[in-house]
Amino acid sequence: MSFRILFKHAATAGFAAAALFVGMLPASGQSAPQTASTPPSDKPYTVEDGNKVDPKTYNGYRRYHSVCHTCHGPDGMGSSFAPSLVESLTRLSSDQFEGIVAGGQQGNAGGNVRVMPPFGSDPNVMDHILDIYSYLKARSDGALGRGRPERLVAAKTN
Amino acid sequence: MKMRLKSVLCASAIGAVALAAGQASANSELLKMQKDPNQWVMPLGNYSGQRYSELSQINKDNVKNLKVAWSFSTGVLRGHEGGPLVIGDMMYVHAPFPNTVFAIDLANANRIVWKFEPKQDASVIPVMCCDTVNRGLAYADGQIFLSQADTTLVALDAKTGKVAWTAKNGDASKGETSTAAPLVIKDKVYVGISGGEFGVRGHLTAYDTKTGKQVWRGYSMGPDSDTLMDPEKTTHLGKPVGKDSGTNTWQGDQWKIGGGTTWGWFSYDPDLNLIYYGSGNPSTWNPVQRPGDNRWSMTIFARDADTGMAKWVYQMTPHDEWDYDGVNEMILADIDVKGKPTKALVHFDRNGFAYTMDRTNGALLVAEKYDPAVNWATHVDMATGRPQVVDKYSTHKQGEDVNTKGICPAALGTKDQQPSAFSPKTKLFYVPTNHVCMDYEPFKVAYAAGQPYVGATLSMYPAPGGTHLGNFIAWDASEGKIKWSIPEPFSVWSGALATAGDVVFYGTLEGYLKAVDANSGKELFRFKTPSGIIGNVNTYVHNGKQHIAVLSGVGGWAGIGMAAGLQEDTAGLGAVGAYKQLSNYTQLGGVLTVFTVD
Repeated sequence: MSFRILFKHAATAGFAAAALFVGMLPASGQSAPQTASTPPSDKPYTVEDGNKVDPKTYNGYRRYHSVCHTCHGPDGMGSSFAPSLVESLTRLSSDQFEGIVAGGQQGNAGGNVRVMPPFGSDPNVMDHILDIYSYLKARSDGALGRGRPERLVAAKTN
Repeated sequence: MKMRLKSVLCASAIGAVALAAGQASANSELLKMQKDPNQWVMPLGNYSGQRYSELSQINKDNVKNLKVAWSFSTGVLRGHEGGPLVIGDMMYVHAPFPNTVFAIDLANANRIVWKFEPKQDASVIPVMCCDTVNRGLAYADGQIFLSQADTTLVALDAKTGKVAWTAKNGDASKGETSTAAPLVIKDKVYVGISGGEFGVRGHLTAYDTKTGKQVWRGYSMGPDSDTLMDPEKTTHLGKPVGKDSGTNTWQGDQWKIGGGTTWGWFSYDPDLNLIYYGSGNPSTWNPVQRPGDNRWSMTIFARDADTGMAKWVYQMTPHDEWDYDGVNEMILADIDVKGKPTKALVHFDRNGFAYTMDRTNGALLVAEKYDPAVNWATHVDMATGRPQVVDKYSTHKQGEDVNTKGICPAALGTKDQQPSAFSPKTKLFYVPTNHVCMDYEPFKVAYAAGQPYVGATLSMYPAPGGTHLGNFIAWDASEGKIKWSIPEPFSVWSGALATAGDVVFYGTLEGYLKAVDANSGKELFRFKTPSGIIGNVNTYVHNGKQHIAVLSGVGGWAGIGMAAGLQEDTAGLGAVGAYKQLSNYTQLGGVLTVFTVD
């Protein structure tokens, strides 16, 4: 199985993240990879009671807390050296977000050199990028509180 | 002219007959220097790793008058682990990425005599799971050794800072990095490797100090030729490990990305000629994907320093399901264990058990919880050495895609790399601990070189029944009991120091340097330094006066999870609530503060 992911230039910090990736998916029976060709709606998530979410957003919570939280902290809140994504997503569109995740970026904030690696060839991230976006958008919009959410329906997981 | 206090020598004999021809000068010089309390010549103070100083000019009666003598900014932000070396009148300070090294002349207005700033590709930064820390330098024979983040091992002339040689210990494009401090023994410098969250297969490597040529490398898993094990002579709890013990508890080729990285501290017994260290977690964090005991991850190693051959091993957490790395310091102490004088090795593991071993033969003598909150196992079976895992907290038994809740300790362990101290005076161990629990949900992941290979979702919170995230404890290793415990609002993430002045020092994540009475634990002094402390408190003498030195600079794993607080601030709990944010108390920094008493 092969796939292509096409990304627009990331507008943040003048850093161009356009890239054309050709890669192989592991044969693990995963569903078709998510792409940016169908832009998600403004509110890709469903949240009820402040902590119950749709299966995709729940998956986004899990995937975020496997890889992303090691720099960006629990619940997208930021760490001593990586920014709060709850704040970042008030400014970034979904395309910009995916561009940065795929291509990485560097910054220098007050003498603190920050480097985010490109995750474009990491199937554990890119196959679930829309779910991760959905989770972080729900957090950023203030729709979803901190901590582990509950699944709205018992779901098959990605 | 150097002024020195009378140094008190330890009673142990130096085995001159044990020295082979050609090793004499480096061996006897460093062996002698590490007994001199006026200096701090290796990362843990000396080969025993006790972090104990014979100095008593600063003591429990005058430490309340401790004051800042001078301070120094490293110019680097991010987590500052480890501590400075002091050789004679020179102090050597290191920093997180880019791993700048400073040589400071204590006798001449603390002038920077030389500075070495490695040129490293910044792309190594994000491949370091838990901040861009570096745990310190090594010294021997007029050379300073630095293990850079990108795994380049550098030997510098201690007088001029010129590069004598470099050696490449790993490959950052495969997720291999370096954070640990090297150790020099005789004519070799030993380095570990980091990257257990990237599927890196761990190893300990010895390089010739003069030429930088690799002498031997012992892997944490693989065939016997890789692990440097003898099927008959290498033992595990007294029994021979058998052929290829480093592959036959793995499925297929999984051992090749097996983890077991070696990013902690190293100790050495010159009489036995054994170097001691621990290996980290097996890769991935999803236990269902790697059946078997996963030897020799989570293992205490005793290797012959000359050949690298493993004399004995002990695997503390077979088939890890919680990321309880076994890399914490191995303290060598001659103590009475259950009434019997013993050449002991004491180890406070991430998994919440404090182990006392016989360091001559790897016999397991004591294994007790050093935080009552520990619940993933009821106890360690002393006959088999195996922890008795509680099904409810077994993330493997509960299964993939199931959130196993309420496991104590959290993955960051009852103690992480922050090294403890031992006082031969009080016979107590002083241990900086975490008091945090977790939910852990494993799920399937795919391996891609250089990418994280984790496979679990974590959420962490304070241990039930309290609001504090850490304790500083005094531990009796012969009985396996806590003597006293000081609760701290945040995990205690600094290296401790014990002194003959009956004072114990440690640093807090808010940035306090604290001094407590070594017998009672009563707080005697505190001072808020510029940033949270995750470094080690060291001590030395200059101009006849004892000094205390500690790096401030919040970061490390604590800086990741605790900056924004572990969880939602529950209404009504306010500033002393359980879920406080570390970022309310400290920001990034990079400063060495040196204290003394008038």
